[in-house]
Amino acid sequence: MVLQSSFKNCLQLSCILRTPKAGFRDTASGGLIIQSISNDVYHNLAVEDWIHDHMNLENRQILFLWRNSPAVVIGRHQNPWQECNLKLMRQKNIKLARRRSGGGTVYHDLGNINLTFFTTRKKYERMENLKLVVKALKALRPQLNIHVTDRYDILLDRQYKISGTAAKLGRTTAYHHCTLLCNADKFVLSDVLKSPYKGLKSNATPSVPASVKNLFEEDPSLTCEMLLDAIAEEYAMQHQIDHHITLINPTDETVLPGINNKSKELQTWEWIYGKTPKFSVSTCFNMFYKDSVLDVKVDMDVKHGRIEACNIDLPEEWLPPALCSELVKSLSGSKFCPNETTALSSTLLRMCPQDDELHSKWNLLCENMTMLM
Amino acid sequence: MAAVTALRSSCRTAGRLVCAHHIRSCSSIRFVKSKYVCVFDKSAFKFSHQQRLFRTSAGNLFHNKIILFCYFMNVMLETCVYWYIKEGDSVSQFDSICEVQSDKASVTITSRYDGIIRKLHYNLDEIAYVGKPLVDIEIDASKGVAPEEDVVETPAMSHEEHTHQEIKGHKTLATPAVRRLAMENNIKLSEVVGTGKDNRILKEDILNYLAKQTGAILPPSPKAEIIPPLPKSETVPAAPKDKARKIPVPVSRPIVFSGKDKTEPITGFHKAMVKTMSAALKIPHFGYCDEIDLTQLVQLREEMKPLAQIRGIKLSFMPFFIKAASLGLLQYPILNASLDENCQNVTYKASHNIGVAMDTEQGLIVPNVKNVQVCSVFEIASELNRLQALGSAGQLGTSDLTGGTFTLSNIGTIGGTYAKPVILPPEVAIGALGKIQILPRFNGKGEVFKAQIMNVSWSADHRIIDGATMARFSNLWKSYLENPASMLLDLK
Repeated sequence: MVLQSSFKNCLQLSCILRTPKAGFRDTASGGLIIQSISNDVYHNLAVEDWIHDHMNLENRQILFLWRNSPAVVIGRHQNPWQECNLKLMRQKNIKLARRRSGGGTVYHDLGNINLTFFTTRKKYERMENLKLVVKALKALRPQLNIHVTDRYDILLDRQYKISGTAAKLGRTTAYHHCTLLCNADKFVLSDVLKSPYKGLKSNATPSVPASVKNLFEEDPSLTCEMLLDAIAEEYAMQHQIDHHITLINPTDETVLPGINNKSKELQTWEWIYGKTPKFSVSTCFNMFYKDSVLDVKVDMDVKHGRIEACNIDLPEEWLPPALCSELVKSLSGSKFCPNETTALSSTLLRMCPQDDELHSKWNLLCENMTMLM
Repeated sequence: MAAVTALRSSCRTAGRLVCAHHIRSCSSIRFVKSKYVCVFDKSAFKFSHQQRLFRTSAGNLFHNKIILFCYFMNVMLETCVYWYIKEGDSVSQFDSICEVQSDKASVTITSRYDGIIRKLHYNLDEIAYVGKPLVDIEIDASKGVAPEEDVVETPAMSHEEHTHQEIKGHKTLATPAVRRLAMENNIKLSEVVGTGKDNRILKEDILNYLAKQTGAILPPSPKAEIIPPLPKSETVPAAPKDKARKIPVPVSRPIVFSGKDKTEPITGFHKAMVKTMSAALKIPHFGYCDEIDLTQLVQLREEMKPLAQIRGIKLSFMPFFIKAASLGLLQYPILNASLDENCQNVTYKASHNIGVAMDTEQGLIVPNVKNVQVCSVFEIASELNRLQALGSAGQLGTSDLTGGTFTLSNIGTIGGTYAKPVILPPEVAIGALGKIQILPRFNGKGEVFKAQIMNVSWSADHRIIDGATMARFSNLWKSYLENPASMLLDLK
């Protein structure tokens, strides 16, 4: 049985930093297991950042356990438009987060557990960490056919991915985190990780799609709690520490000073969308207006999530050219975001002549433009 | 060389290790000789071949040293994700230079030297190739004891933050030059108080420590002038120049404000607003204000709220204000009109599409409720709920945001009494509603009673609307709200 306790009853993380022996009977190879009480992806990612930036891991390694309510998490260097269905996510209220480590895009919900292994840069060892996870799972259910690939994935039955990995290396500390699918919603996962956006060209890191399976499908008696316990137990054994999971509240400034600023930063548009590497959109679509079908061609360059250059090719005279160029000019510098584009185009419409037909054409064009975002 | 060993261990599964630096010196126009250090990733080289890479320049005063530097390379290509510095920046040892993505890992690369960034060989998001230089750092080699790495004091030292003297107990941060200086003088680094970034021990600190020990007056180091007297006066010991400065400090300490102006371009939605508002102010506005006694309406709403709740709708005051405005517009349709560009024609709009100003993350957006003239108060309330939900989720569509003919701005939810609203073209009138206050008023019998008072401020286009019309409309609107039962007579 793994004991859990509220963090307030234990020493603060920062105290443990200064007095390595506190709270542990045996510090042969110091370790600490912590679990977040929050399911907010931004708060949990902020905890990773905080530990990475503030903790001294010379004598201590940390295992951080966390779960999130539905969210899509993209890698540091990825393009959300390329990776996921942003429209669907907005409808279903699924959050989008960008983490600081590299790697590909994953879908999180409460049926998925996340594990982060914090070590010094010297002791950064992804394979060892994943082997620990496999050992823990096999101890729990020996019949599971799972193994670690050389791409640091964990496969079930040699074909289904149940875990993906990413890492971040700083000057002195490093962390390796991975997911583990216990009982996630596979249908939402596949819908949401399918990008509907066409014509995107970028050198962002692409994700490698894989067939996934939940451990629950293999053995319905498994729950996330059991997996977390098993992994914590294995970690405790390997690091010769107590099976003691310390709960932390990722919004508590007294324990983690400065954490709320970190989670706020992770939620800004500038971080989530603005850090997308430069990309270009080159696409065309059909507009149905009254009885005719119009071909529209759009080319845009997007840098830092903002439209740098924009070109819209419309059939001649369908809209007054002055108006078109006004739209294009306003879009330049604007965020590549449907909300911004809608607000922008509605505001611009106030300056147009009061013609119903013109208004409906304009609205039609702008709606189609926002569909690209 | 902690960095080196760390990387070696993580590269066990990788191919070759990266290697080398080569140092070449070049003379600059000034008298000072400076050195360039190129930071390479070269995974293809074996250690034995390093010597051939290095050139030394004949006329060099200093002996070149070969410094080994390893980056781990699991793949042939890395993507240079993000630069933390730009060309011309001063950088200290251990500062982050850039972040690079490689095989699912995002790596922060820190500087090995203090110096000035001279050249970034890659732009943001470019792919960095193995074997090509990453960044050029110029080290000022003329002023140091040790040739290949000298401590170039960066302006960062002048910050007052780093006054806590705690040495972490694991490693004391100090550059090799500083360590050598300490060793030569038999000084234990753990006894020296570091004043640099991250409690780094700087050459200054060693010299100060020595001065303290021996009481000697040491020649001021070349960069001493750069250090402003005030932050350092507590830590700088007996050098006479500093002593003289030390005395007046508590009296004449200037306030150092290190904030900087920030300039941002106006883009997107804000640019559009600039256009709209500039056009709006070309309209000759006139204002008309009044106060409304909402005591009866407040009571009515209290009675209606639970009913609306049962139907799943949150009922505020706005549906009443909007419906009353629409009833007023039926009598004074000029307020629901639009003037064309040349002021030749006035178009009386048939639909009352009443806009409600909404404050969102973007700024001010004005979705409108369509065809209020045929909507019941409840229908208006549910439509408002829908628009508010979409507005806060940032999902309002173009049809919601366009086609408005008249606008009400309930600024009173934030605060204020009277306002001077700006008409949103192509409309001709707008009303701003202040907050509801409980104030003493006299009733018909001359008694003082508690009244719920709200102020309204109208603005209208004086080219086609005159004060009398606005006043009459306002009085009608006011009468509907002060006596809600009268709305029943005129409801359509």
